[in-house]
Amino acid sequence: MPGPFIEDAQIAHARKLAEEIVNPIFDLIRRNTTVSIERTVLRFFGISGAGARGVPLANLMVDKLKAAGVLNRGAAYWYGRALQLGAKSPLEAVERLTALPTDKLGPLPAEQEQRLRAEVREEARAALEDMKARLAQRDALRQQFPMSPAPHKYVIVATGNIYDDVDQARAAAQAGADVIAVIRSTAQSLLDYVPHGATTEGYGGTYATQENFRIMREALDEESRKLKRYIQLTNYSSGLCMSEIAFCAAYERLDMLLNDAMYGILFRDINMRRTFIDQYFSRRICALAGIIINTGEDNYITTADAYDAAHTVIASQFINECFAKRAGLKDWQLGIGHSYEIDPYRDDTLLLELSQAMLVRRCFPDAPLKYMPPTKHKETDIFFSHAYDVMADLVAIWTRQGIQLLGMMTEAMHTPLLADRFVALKSANYIHRAARGIDEEFTVREDGKIANRAREVFAQAMKLLQECRDEGMVAAIGKGHFGDVKREETGGKGLDGVLEKSPDYFNPFLEILEAA
Amino acid sequence: MVKPSKQIIRPYGDRRDDGVVQLSFTLPVPLSEKAKEAAAVFTRKMGFSDVKVAAAERAADNYTFFIVYARSGMYLDYAEIDVPEVVVKKMSFDDLNAFIKEKVGRRIVVFGACTGTDTHTVGIDAILNMKGYAGDYGLERYPGFEAFNLGSQVPNEDLIKKALAKNADAILVSQVVTQRDVHKDNSRHFIEAAKAAGIHGKVQLLLGGPRVDHKLALELGFDAGFGPGTKPSDVANYIVHALLKKEGKEPQDMHFQGEPT
Repeated sequence: MPGPFIEDAQIAHARKLAEEIVNPIFDLIRRNTTVSIERTVLRFFGISGAGARGVPLANLMVDKLKAAGVLNRGAAYWYGRALQLGAKSPLEAVERLTALPTDKLGPLPAEQEQRLRAEVREEARAALEDMKARLAQRDALRQQFPMSPAPHKYVIVATGNIYDDVDQARAAAQAGADVIAVIRSTAQSLLDYVPHGATTEGYGGTYATQENFRIMREALDEESRKLKRYIQLTNYSSGLCMSEIAFCAAYERLDMLLNDAMYGILFRDINMRRTFIDQYFSRRICALAGIIINTGEDNYITTADAYDAAHTVIASQFINECFAKRAGLKDWQLGIGHSYEIDPYRDDTLLLELSQAMLVRRCFPDAPLKYMPPTKHKETDIFFSHAYDVMADLVAIWTRQGIQLLGMMTEAMHTPLLADRFVALKSANYIHRAARGIDEEFTVREDGKIANRAREVFAQAMKLLQECRDEGMVAAIGKGHFGDVKREETGGKGLDGVLEKSPDYFNPFLEILEAA
Repeated sequence: MVKPSKQIIRPYGDRRDDGVVQLSFTLPVPLSEKAKEAAAVFTRKMGFSDVKVAAAERAADNYTFFIVYARSGMYLDYAEIDVPEVVVKKMSFDDLNAFIKEKVGRRIVVFGACTGTDTHTVGIDAILNMKGYAGDYGLERYPGFEAFNLGSQVPNEDLIKKALAKNADAILVSQVVTQRDVHKDNSRHFIEAAKAAGIHGKVQLLLGGPRVDHKLALELGFDAGFGPGTKPSDVANYIVHALLKKEGKEPQDMHFQGEPT
């Protein structure tokens, strides 16, 4: 480890501040549910199909329950009631159920209520066991074909056709990629449903659908066996359907998910309450499924200046970590995000980038960390761009990043050509091979530029954490402290999908996941 | 009559007129001697000579990546190249922000909404939201802009009132739904409301949507219209130049790349 720079007690204090910031938000999380969480519950029960015109059955059912004003008791409860009605399909049962006049929707006699809950709880347990069995297959494959040493080289495919994505992903794996990210269609995060089926004509990517996940994971399983090296798959659990996508990903045995407690609020203008509530359940699912989350702090410094806003990244990482730990995620699952984004025309940028990456490593010693390449200051001179990316490779190995998204020399031009990935992988392999262990050979002087800069950034981060603690997270976001974006608590999309739980709210999955 | 040639040029490798170019491409075949020859044949077919396949790399099982050097016999008369340089180039994200800082000296305030009964925020979101569209950042991400996206189904009067309260420089109205020309009716209504509020001709009023073009927008009383395929950077560049023109800091007849026509 390159340095203490900062005293342990100070880092512990940052964690304590993050906890105090996050605490009040947990009142909100405990009191409320969302349409997306309720749809996730139904998906757990196997309701993953789509009805007429591709509308997911989970949406049809939840919308009906919401319209009838009874969703606040929990979709799981109504699923149980529906089954008791003996309809041929759960959807039909819900239709019948919600067609009943409101006075017929009241609670059943206490004993019957208890029995219903016990039965549904039993079914939930079975559903989770089923999922765990699927995940065990993934874990066995990982054991059989170990991954390359970290940093795990992460590349993106983005053709818009899942079958073309498969070809590109296989080629990338053959060239040495460890993690494949399938880029999602533009603006999916604003859809309040998860599209159904395989995507062949996506714009800017493919939809995150359960079927697309299945197709890609199957191809990568085959490739892993061929290469005798496990290839990981990641996608995006962000936007209005965080927890539903987390479910689909867990069910289809994905390895990672981009999942951030605040990204949707800041960068997609999704309502704050909605995001905080959704992220919790989505992370509970990731915790169960052994999915590594990737947080999105790198985005802050594509908006704000990477030098000036360096401390916002650190502050947010502590907050994201706290949210994650509260949802049951372990250190090894925290792909805490940051990036190599300081303007390359400044002086000392390699030192500044090392300082920042070492600081992140110092604050989160046991997390894998997710390192992002330069994007903001990328130029179309591919030769310069390539050299620029190679410096990020060096910082990644020096600071023992767990996951490294490789820069593409054609960044800022077009989606990567097949050869761009090959070139990036070849040079990352070289740098990682050449410099492995460099952190143990060089000690960073405590009175030098790197250490001083780290202390300066950390001190600013502490100040920001204190402000967030004193004023509350909502006010801090309202002031534009993160990524220079201002959001209001009741603004943004998806607030109408937030419901206050009734006193007898029932969600057996949440119960089981929280007890685990 | 053939124009007299003035300045014949060819690519310069390490000597004048050697015509050397470097190429790189991938062929969908496994790496082999045959694949290398295929790369050379392909390069010769493009009209190059002295082809040297410098590198042939296994990019994947069934793909080979080549770096090729070759000479071209082509030449051109530089004197005949005619590019009018009056049009100002569209500025990049960083350049535009620096330009705003220097020329405007403050953040430009922009309000946007999908007004009337229209619930489709996809257009206004693409232009204003942080994330942007097709890799082109939205106005929220520009330090030079202070952008407010009010979302959908916003009454025209509300949008105007809120924009006025923050001294907006520009208001963006997005209209996606076009059944029975509802977008035109609502747009006319917006302009009436803008006139009533006394901001018509003062604040930049921009219209956008899949069935909108610049001509239609002008007819309806807007300052500019943006149709399908518009990127946030097009709108950003337009607003900056229009503002500078209004403030007399740029000539009225100045034109720039990507402006609505």
